[in-house]
Amino acid sequence: MAFIDYYKILGIDKAATPKMVKDAYRKLARKFHPDLNPNNADAKANFQQINEANEVLSDPEKRKKYDQYGTDWQYAEEFEKQKQQQSQSSRSRGGGGFSGGQSAGDFSDFFESMFGGGGGGRSRQAKYRGEDYTTEIHLELLEAYKTHKQTLSVNGNNIRITIPAGVENGQIIKIAGHGGQGSNGGPNGDLYITFSVANHSTFKRLGSNLFTTVDLDIYTAVLGGEITVDTVEGKVKLKVKPETQNGTKVNLKGKGFPVYKNDGQFGDLQITYSVKVPTNLTEKQKTLFEEIRNSL
Amino acid sequence: MKTKYLIPIDDFCANHNIDVSFISSLEQTGLIEITTIEESGFIEADQLLQLEKYVRFYYEMDINLEGIETVSYLLQKIKMLQIELGMLSNRLRLYESE
Repeated sequence: MAFIDYYKILGIDKAATPKMVKDAYRKLARKFHPDLNPNNADAKANFQQINEANEVLSDPEKRKKYDQYGTDWQYAEEFEKQKQQQSQSSRSRGGGGFSGGQSAGDFSDFFESMFGGGGGGRSRQAKYRGEDYTTEIHLELLEAYKTHKQTLSVNGNNIRITIPAGVENGQIIKIAGHGGQGSNGGPNGDLYITFSVANHSTFKRLGSNLFTTVDLDIYTAVLGGEITVDTVEGKVKLKVKPETQNGTKVNLKGKGFPVYKNDGQFGDLQITYSVKVPTNLTEKQKTLFEEIRNSL
Repeated sequence: MKTKYLIPIDDFCANHNIDVSFISSLEQTGLIEITTIEESGFIEADQLLQLEKYVRFYYEMDINLEGIETVSYLLQKIKMLQIELGMLSNRLRLYESE
């Protein structure tokens, strides 16, 4: 656990007045506050640092302790115990830290070690909503095809959630009340889950429609015929019209992906034919192709 | 019919230790809507998160009302762009090889 230079974090020197601390803090908070930087983990981490710095430097007692022990902070607790035995001192409340998404658990180990449980320096005794948590769930494409349940571990708590079929890559769902605990009787925060749905080797997806490419031999493309193609639910037989061109698209209605939260509704599967030209032809085969060419 | 949960503005202000006039100013700028029942002001529960955000902007970040309006507009714009970006990324995946 390393020493944290709170003055450096706020960009002020040790002689800074309380007003300078406040100004520096507000300036940085306007830049990094989670309310102003939604879904930005870097900004959130920065904000937690400056909030912690403010928590210490805006509270005269904490600042005094911090200044007193500085890099020797490891011994602070020991010194404090000795001091407390000599005289009982009362703790003042100061601070006025930001509440946006900050909870006791957001303070560094350094802070916890020096000042005990985080926070506590709020000047307004309001009810604070708990912190919103975010997490990511990775799914294979075919996992997102069916409604299923998953158990998540969030801050040591197991939460069993139902993932509806058709969830999109990048989609965020909110599980209300499963974020951080509120303070002073405030409500719990929410849990935001971002889904990352992987690409599939056979099927590409856009919304509820699926796309796939099917190889077609030149003879079936020219003369027509019947082929078997893969869909998510299994194989289906398809009639190929004679003289089918390379790149021809065929739409299989209802064979695509489930429509999110619309039971029984499915998108389409669009098949693109890729006509394959034969290779390693025998002399006889080449002659036959030449005959065809000459006949056209 | 959907049930509306209303929070008395006086209670909200007492809990957050803020002035009622701030809520009135937010309403005047169109940032929140107030429901009045028998001369008492209420806000709908689904506006609560937004309102708490405005309180933080104003009281903790020293952002004035004009600033809150601007920030809200820009945050809304960011949200829309993020949605559009997500849709475009998904569309791009169609053309990407594995």
